[in-house]
Amino acid sequence: MKHLHTALWGVLPYLTLVVLVAGTAWRYHYDRFGFTTRSSQLHESRLLRVAGPLFHYGLLFVIAGHVAGLLVPESLTDRLHVGERVYHANALIAGGTAGLATLAGLALLLYRRVRTPAIRAATSRSDRVVYPVLATVVLAGLTATASGATAGSAYDYRLGVSVWFRSLFALDPDVTAMAGAPLVYRLHALLAMALFALWPFTRLVHAFTVPLGYLVRPYVVYRHRGRGEVRAGRPVR
Amino acid sequence: MRVMAQVAMVMNLDKCIGCHTCSVTCKQTWTNRTGTEYAWFNNVETRPGQGYPRGHEDQEKWKGGWRLKGGRLVPRSGGRARRLARLFANPELPTLDDYYQPWTYDYENLTTAPLGDDVPTAPPRSAIDGHPTAITWGPNWDDDLGGGPEQLAADPLLARMSERVRLDYERAFMFYLPRICEHCLNPSCVAVCPSGALYKRVEDGIVLVDQDRCRGWRMCVSGCPYKKVYFNHAIGKAEKCTFCYPRIEAGDPTVCSETCVGRLRYLGVMLYDPDKVGAAASVTDEKDLYEAQLGCFLDPEDPEVARAAQASGIPHDWVEAARRSPVGALITRYRVALPLHPEYRTMPMVWYVPPLSPVVDALTGSGHDGEDPAALFGAIDTLRIPLGYLAELFTAGDPGPVEAALCRLAAMRSHMRRVNLGEEQDPRIAGAVGLDEPGILELYRLLALAKYEERYVIPTAYTGSVPDPGGTGAGCSLDGVGGPGMMPEGGGFDPDSFHAPPAADAAGTSTSLRGRVNLLNWNGKGRPDGLFPRARGTVRTEPEL
Repeated sequence: MKHLHTALWGVLPYLTLVVLVAGTAWRYHYDRFGFTTRSSQLHESRLLRVAGPLFHYGLLFVIAGHVAGLLVPESLTDRLHVGERVYHANALIAGGTAGLATLAGLALLLYRRVRTPAIRAATSRSDRVVYPVLATVVLAGLTATASGATAGSAYDYRLGVSVWFRSLFALDPDVTAMAGAPLVYRLHALLAMALFALWPFTRLVHAFTVPLGYLVRPYVVYRHRGRGEVRAGRPVR
Repeated sequence: MRVMAQVAMVMNLDKCIGCHTCSVTCKQTWTNRTGTEYAWFNNVETRPGQGYPRGHEDQEKWKGGWRLKGGRLVPRSGGRARRLARLFANPELPTLDDYYQPWTYDYENLTTAPLGDDVPTAPPRSAIDGHPTAITWGPNWDDDLGGGPEQLAADPLLARMSERVRLDYERAFMFYLPRICEHCLNPSCVAVCPSGALYKRVEDGIVLVDQDRCRGWRMCVSGCPYKKVYFNHAIGKAEKCTFCYPRIEAGDPTVCSETCVGRLRYLGVMLYDPDKVGAAASVTDEKDLYEAQLGCFLDPEDPEVARAAQASGIPHDWVEAARRSPVGALITRYRVALPLHPEYRTMPMVWYVPPLSPVVDALTGSGHDGEDPAALFGAIDTLRIPLGYLAELFTAGDPGPVEAALCRLAAMRSHMRRVNLGEEQDPRIAGAVGLDEPGILELYRLLALAKYEERYVIPTAYTGSVPDPGGTGAGCSLDGVGGPGMMPEGGGFDPDSFHAPPAADAAGTSTSLRGRVNLLNWNGKGRPDGLFPRARGTVRTEPEL
């Protein structure tokens, strides 16, 4: 059992990271053409206009919550005089809302994918793998959040999971901290690792192409023939 | 002064017969693929009509083009922050139903249907998901005013006109409007692309999509007020009219122009000052946009402009081509060509000679002599109905420039009629529209005779070169003879090779085809060796290897 724990919480995270980074680099090098959202809005717009933002914005808040919960140590919030109760109430309400929005958005997106023949026809094999993983990750995460609400059995992940997660970056994985976590937390972490390993090889890569450069770019882009060079657009502002 | 060159197009609507040859050849060339079944880079609409996609001119709904916000130009669909906030679902994206649901037919049923009393049919199938489908709309459903008034009522331009005018108009006439990408000087599709995948080429102004950079955010589709950027739903990338740039680079006209039966398309170079475009696109009154755009163009005959063009890296033959440009003649010299929807503030570069024929027809129908100059000039003025509609199309509602262009065409018509009938010529006809006799004859030659070499004046491509300070000879050392990157003499691209007949395939693997020309890349010019099989009995000479 000790070896299994070492493999799951000491080795697997690093393997996942290697696959994520190397896989993305490989895909970017050999399949830049494949970096796309593969949007299906052309086929169905009504549901997507609700579900797309619901899922994506929900997810952004969920990610922010993970950053706060995993990377910020308890000692720091203690020093800022954020009480345990206040912290967890906030995590439950804000995190739960964001998680529910993500889940509702995902459910709607999957519904329209299954119900619209054109979108069903456009669903790839990688989609069929990634959607169940994504759905179960979200479900497991929400269950973990909800389990924090039931009094008595409350498990403080900030003393277990978070410690393990931070220790990964120190290259000294605290396997016991994770091995002692409840099943739903371990399941959530495992599925998340599966998701990250799938990431470079599915449509999820579009998350790495967030066009933040657009905010500072001139409106009109000029390029020379036969060269990749981008010159600042001068005609319009 | 900076100078930039733009390969532009003018279409003479008087000569369009609505045969759709341009659309079909374009589709065969560019969009006969999965994912672009619904996309027509070139389409021909009947006006009045809804167009393709339906009602695309209604910018209150689609939010294409630019608008003025406190004197500054912003995309009508919102600035950068609003675009990014709408990244997860584009609220203004047309769905396939707005274009049409593409279909095919189950032809197999014709041969595989069991024996029966009824003749088997080929029922329609959706080209998207393969399911049986009912055909309810097509890319050209209201062709030739098909569908009647209930279809016409959805024309966004007619909706802007009064009820009486609308009804009169429906009885008055129709004409065809072929549309491609406008390759605008101030392209809003480029402006709204978050990934920076769309760009305007410095050398020839062609607007292209870099599909390795496109991430499928679909902003360009809604950002283009002409709805001429399409989303390939199979690969998740934007696609648009490329102005057939591989042909243009080789000095050949676009496919739509080459195959145009009515010979109504003109291609040529326009020189313009890019630093004037921003100010021109943001003039307050929409009706001034036509004049403002004319103000951006530079006169290639001006030695100052020629010098500045050279300083900006434009080769001499491009300036020469700009001087002979048929497009320049129709746009700036004779002012008979007008931009399509200048009110979108994109500074479009595919212009149109408005149709005069309906006016002549209407006049003849009312018992007048349709070619009589006095009656014709008067009719153009009094036929408010078509004039108003054309003005909505070409000058943001200002009938002045349309009327002037139509009068010039009418003058040419009357003058040439007198010439042809051997009647006494009246210089006042030309004078009335600010032209002289040689000018009228040249306009006639350009518009009516429309010789191939005069319609298409396209210089071959160049690349803005970088000065070579060391004098070591530009280019990669591996490009030399025998090197791995061996290129034709004098640079990487040889426009002439585009026209050269392909060499016979000496090392063909199949013996029966050895020494034969592959017809797939034969351009139809000349008679290269190996075009025909050898006559029986002649000695086969094996090529030396």
